[in-house]
Amino acid sequence: MSRRKTDEEYSKTRAYRFFKWLKGEKDYTPSETKMDMSLLIPIADASTTVERMQDKQIAKERAYDEHSNRLLKFFNRMYRIVAVMFCIIFGALLIYNVSYLPKVGAVDRPTNNEVPARYIEKGIEETGAVNIVTGMILDYRAFDTFGESNVLFVATITVLILLRINKDRSRLSPVLSEDDPGAGDSIYEPKDDLILQTVAKFLVPIIMVFGIYVILNGHLSPGGGFSGGAVIGAGLILYVNAFGFEKTEEFFTEKTYKWISFGALTTYCLCKAYSFFCGANHLDSHIPLGTPGAILSSGLILILNICVGMVVACTMYTFYVMFRKGDF
Amino acid sequence: MGSNLSVNYTEVIAMILFVTGFANLLLQKNLIKKIIGFNIMDSSIYLFLAVKGYITGRTVPIVVDNVTSVEAYINPIPAGLVLTGIVVSVSVSALMLSLTIRLYRRYQTLNLDEISTRLKREGM
Repeated sequence: MSRRKTDEEYSKTRAYRFFKWLKGEKDYTPSETKMDMSLLIPIADASTTVERMQDKQIAKERAYDEHSNRLLKFFNRMYRIVAVMFCIIFGALLIYNVSYLPKVGAVDRPTNNEVPARYIEKGIEETGAVNIVTGMILDYRAFDTFGESNVLFVATITVLILLRINKDRSRLSPVLSEDDPGAGDSIYEPKDDLILQTVAKFLVPIIMVFGIYVILNGHLSPGGGFSGGAVIGAGLILYVNAFGFEKTEEFFTEKTYKWISFGALTTYCLCKAYSFFCGANHLDSHIPLGTPGAILSSGLILILNICVGMVVACTMYTFYVMFRKGDF
Repeated sequence: MGSNLSVNYTEVIAMILFVTGFANLLLQKNLIKKIIGFNIMDSSIYLFLAVKGYITGRTVPIVVDNVTSVEAYINPIPAGLVLTGIVVSVSVSALMLSLTIRLYRRYQTLNLDEISTRLKREGM
């Protein structure tokens, strides 16, 4: 049988206080309790306040000035000495340890264990990639590479947040962008440089084709998505330098970056999710591995290489554009 | 001292590079130079990892003529790890450089001591 408490009794319980706190009510109001609001120290008159502020300012300036603060000078000198000493001791310790490491190039080093042996022996029949490193990073360790691509994507987003210039705001108050020394870099950019344009006309197509070659042959020869993407990004940067932003805006804007990154990362994720799902449940993934050495071989690795290459190329170009101009 | 110092000279070079970068981080006041020091440290780690995978007399792990024996190729794992390291280092460098640009826009200087002094003077 429950007993109903009186209001006075209920107001003393924890539940009452808890629900009161939950509603956002306060236990007391300042006017009720009559807090003593009078100041303990009487305020000095205005002139001495200003003097006090000035004194404080002078004292602060002196505290951070090397000529008047001998302690700071001593600290700075000691800091350099201690830092150099620490580095020398640290380096000596590292070199002392290196002298006890197993010999470089020896076969019996502990890093040459059964893991690389398995990758080399079974890699070509399990992944179909002639390049064992590519087979490793895009098949056995594909999840890790997905994380890398995402790291690049997140870094680009952060750089966009930090360096993006809001066009609307600068149009509303042009004074703000003039005060901003980094914002007006596009004023100084070289325009219509004849030598650069002539060289770029020949070089940019070659660089692009080479980048695409490196990406598409990632499973056959040295290279792959990361290096090929960097090459394509370099080609784009050269193109921007030669022909200006008006030309690149025709094919590469923020929207392009958004859709290419989104599409590439989603494709990567879906491809790898499919093969992980099949592999974990012992199902046949029905992806033909092809003959090792052919360009259309090694299953998903070619698609993944293209995805990674697109993300890296866009990231490189976006970094450059953001650092140079702050907008696409 | 151990006996392998002269054989492991590449690793010794990697360690010297690492300490050089670390000294740069400690001693330079310019933020850009600090970032350069950080990148030198990164490079030394790549060198160290690449040396770890090397085996004398063997070739790069790209299968030629269907030879899939362990005796033919070097260790492929450090190459993959170096790739991861390079990607992360590029991202971190870009992040640090953009933060440096923001700091420069706010304080008109790249000297870290000056920036921190001004922060303290402003009472933050």
